[in-house]
Amino acid sequence: MSGWEVALQLELRGITKRFGSLVANDGIDLTVESGEIHALLGENGAGKSTLMNVLYGLLQPDQGQILLDGEPVEFHNPREALAAGIGMVHQHFMLVPVFTVAENVMLGVERTSVLGLLNRRRARQDVLELSSKYGLAIDPDVLVENLPVGIQQRVEIVKALHREASIVILDEPTAVLTPGETNELFRIMRELQASGKSIIFISHKLKEVQEIADRITVIRRGKVVGAPPPTATDEELASLMVGRAVELTVHKEPAHPREVTLEVEDLRVESAGGRAVVDGISLEVRSGEIVGIAGVQGNGQTELCEAIMGLLPVKSGSIIVAGQDLTGARTRVVLESGVSYIPEDRQEDGIVESFSLADNLVLDVYNRAPFASGLALHIDTIRESAAKHMDEYDIRATSIDMTVGTLSGGNQQKVIVARELGREVRLLVANQPTRGLDVGSIEFVHSRLVAARDQGTAVLICSTELDEIFALADRIIVMYEGRIAGIRPPTVSIEEIGLLMAGAGSDDSVPEAQPA
Amino acid sequence: MTAIPVVRHQRAAIDRQQAIAGIFVMLGLVDIFVFGFLADKGDAVFTFTLTGAAVSVPNLNLAPGPVSEGLGALSIVLGLLYAGLKLTSLSRRLTAATVMLAFVVAFLCWCDAGRTPLPFVSLMQTTMLASIPLVLGALSGCLCERSGVINIAIEGQLLLGAFAGAVIASSFGSIWLGLFSGSIAGGLLGALLAVFAIRYVVDQIILGVVLNVFASGLTGYLYDQALVPYQNRLNSPNTFSSIKIPVLGDIPIIGPILFDSTIFLYITYVMVALVHIGLFKTRWGLRVRAVGEHPTAADTVGIRVLFTRYRNVILGGLVAGIGGASLTIGSVGSFGKDISSGQGYIALAAMIFGRWTPLGATGAALLFGFSVALANVLGTIGAPIPSDFLLMLPYVATIVAVAGFVGKSRAPKADGQPYVKS
Repeated sequence: MSGWEVALQLELRGITKRFGSLVANDGIDLTVESGEIHALLGENGAGKSTLMNVLYGLLQPDQGQILLDGEPVEFHNPREALAAGIGMVHQHFMLVPVFTVAENVMLGVERTSVLGLLNRRRARQDVLELSSKYGLAIDPDVLVENLPVGIQQRVEIVKALHREASIVILDEPTAVLTPGETNELFRIMRELQASGKSIIFISHKLKEVQEIADRITVIRRGKVVGAPPPTATDEELASLMVGRAVELTVHKEPAHPREVTLEVEDLRVESAGGRAVVDGISLEVRSGEIVGIAGVQGNGQTELCEAIMGLLPVKSGSIIVAGQDLTGARTRVVLESGVSYIPEDRQEDGIVESFSLADNLVLDVYNRAPFASGLALHIDTIRESAAKHMDEYDIRATSIDMTVGTLSGGNQQKVIVARELGREVRLLVANQPTRGLDVGSIEFVHSRLVAARDQGTAVLICSTELDEIFALADRIIVMYEGRIAGIRPPTVSIEEIGLLMAGAGSDDSVPEAQPA
Repeated sequence: MTAIPVVRHQRAAIDRQQAIAGIFVMLGLVDIFVFGFLADKGDAVFTFTLTGAAVSVPNLNLAPGPVSEGLGALSIVLGLLYAGLKLTSLSRRLTAATVMLAFVVAFLCWCDAGRTPLPFVSLMQTTMLASIPLVLGALSGCLCERSGVINIAIEGQLLLGAFAGAVIASSFGSIWLGLFSGSIAGGLLGALLAVFAIRYVVDQIILGVVLNVFASGLTGYLYDQALVPYQNRLNSPNTFSSIKIPVLGDIPIIGPILFDSTIFLYITYVMVALVHIGLFKTRWGLRVRAVGEHPTAADTVGIRVLFTRYRNVILGGLVAGIGGASLTIGSVGSFGKDISSGQGYIALAAMIFGRWTPLGATGAALLFGFSVALANVLGTIGAPIPSDFLLMLPYVATIVAVAGFVGKSRAPKADGQPYVKS
């Protein structure tokens, strides 16, 4: 059966969803006409995902109504939403890695022969049919864990189509994609639209929304704040989204790189399974410059950072910071030689959620003067310094005794930045320093990173957001499958970086930063 | 960049393949120098015929010296090949199996040299008997852990099954009722595990250990207070007798080992097949495995995660309970304190060794069962090692197996992680 003729009009009326005192959705109205691509634009934490989880039956609204073709419906679980023709591709894929594509697609709607035995042949056929109908090119027999994320996303789309969804929700689908893969996704979205499906496209990226959407709804702090036409400018969209005029570019002077601070040579790091995840990386970062590492997530950036910090064992190669060989050194030794680290996973690796603000601000220096002598901590000094940092880094908290876990993501990140930049820093390693932050916090973190650079710190930034790389980096290194795919100046085109991120393109021109 | 003080913190990564090859060579050397040179005078004799069998198979006489040295040399060659060649996973496993087999044969020759003949068929019969609770326990583990709940409580499930089997069979005079109750008792402990692990999100490892202590304490108390004073009424069940399968049971060697046993062995065959086919060929199994690997994904396609886990944990308990009942009404009859004697933990190890698959777990359980049987048989022929060491054999085998040969075996991803909807 095809979903060709089934075209649903979806209407959300006054949806309100609270989590305790937090109002995630506040009386949201949204209409999605059949066959349109409707973009939901908003910052992280604006309530887009909550709204879609309500629509998909994962959450129950406190107030409000969902109407399909004018008929009120209620979804108590995803099964009911699926049955009504709503499919969702989650930001974090809902695929079982050790299952094949066909197994993932059929899960929950399996066809069986006698005694519940699986009909795998039918499942394969279904995948192949859908795949060729929408030009998806998917092999049904591959294990999902062996597929690149872009293809995994297509498997998710096939999953939704297999369940005859006529409205497909795509939650931040481009976050994990290279620019090339994004274009491919847009092609698939248009293909789906042509066959009569409606698509709800969730994003916080202005350019993508402008490119693909028929209609746009902007959400800020749980409310609908506008429905600009797709022809609206960057500035219009951004100010709607953030609620004030925004600086879209980071102000920075040209870099004045000096001596080499970090020198990594032929570094190899292996995963627990013995696979080379960092496969012969050589790079250098000079004092007073920002080197940005671009790449799709999972291409060895995290492992590179962790190896530099002494968090992962080095298989071979060397890491030298300011003339000191830190290959395989313990993390404390690395920290004490003037290296600071902003980890990728803020809550897991960056802070201790149950500790106070003051304690979190001395996590890496608590054992040293002036914060300690011998076995004793100097609580007063710690508190004074914490108060100073709170002020200087604009950490919004009621007191320095507040538990850090209760702060917002942006303020937690400011705590980490304050701690890591609050001491003498030769080298700063920052992995995804603005992930999941609102625009205001991103501006703040970016300005601090640039300030650190201008004071002579060598800065190494890994980011999967190309906008961030282009905004900050004085040199761009692209990592692909644990290797350096290319080193480019920041004047390079986004297309070229995209090709390198996808593993295409050559590696001939290697510009070196010149000492000033 | 001159004059950098270079203090290399090189971390030596031991190459796994080289290490295993080294073990093979070492085993080969033991074959030659211990089992070959140090063997007592006289042949090792293996008999293959039980008394009263229709067809008699000739005995096998081996001279320990040459045989062990030959097998040792083979192991060393295989070890060197293993180190030098890139092998497929199948040929790697075959090599390991060959080396292990050579070691066992050499060991047996050494033990039996110049002594009473070693009865191969009864050794294997004991192996099968000893394996029944291990296999069923390991299947219980597979059922639970594939759905994402760690089951340390296999030991307690065996113990309760053994207790209920003996007491009910004895008081009602029905071994079938005993079998049924044993299974139910295991299922009840499974239900307890499920409620605490799933509903109350208790740490599953601690919970399992606590349940084992609970089962041991409860049955121990009841044993002292009720079973000892009323031994005749409550703890003297009949036992299942052997059923010989027509035709198959008459095949020499294989027949008496595989097709002439109590109902428990046949139940075990059926269970292994059911769990294997169930997990890997049916809709039921696909959903169970999805729940154990990625419960959120399962939830979003409409699979009831918590229900699946409850069901599987209880099913596992029912299966382990049967294994427990085999300890009493399938063999000795009466219940004794802590009769399961750690077999639940060995079953757990077998499941891990078998990489969370029913067939692999069964193979591992058979290996452990063999080491138990070997300890028995070697005791009776008067082998030249103290019986205490022989009794350690199954546990040593467990540690070696789990530590050394499991390697990259991968548990279900969400194993032990409670599923709480945000």
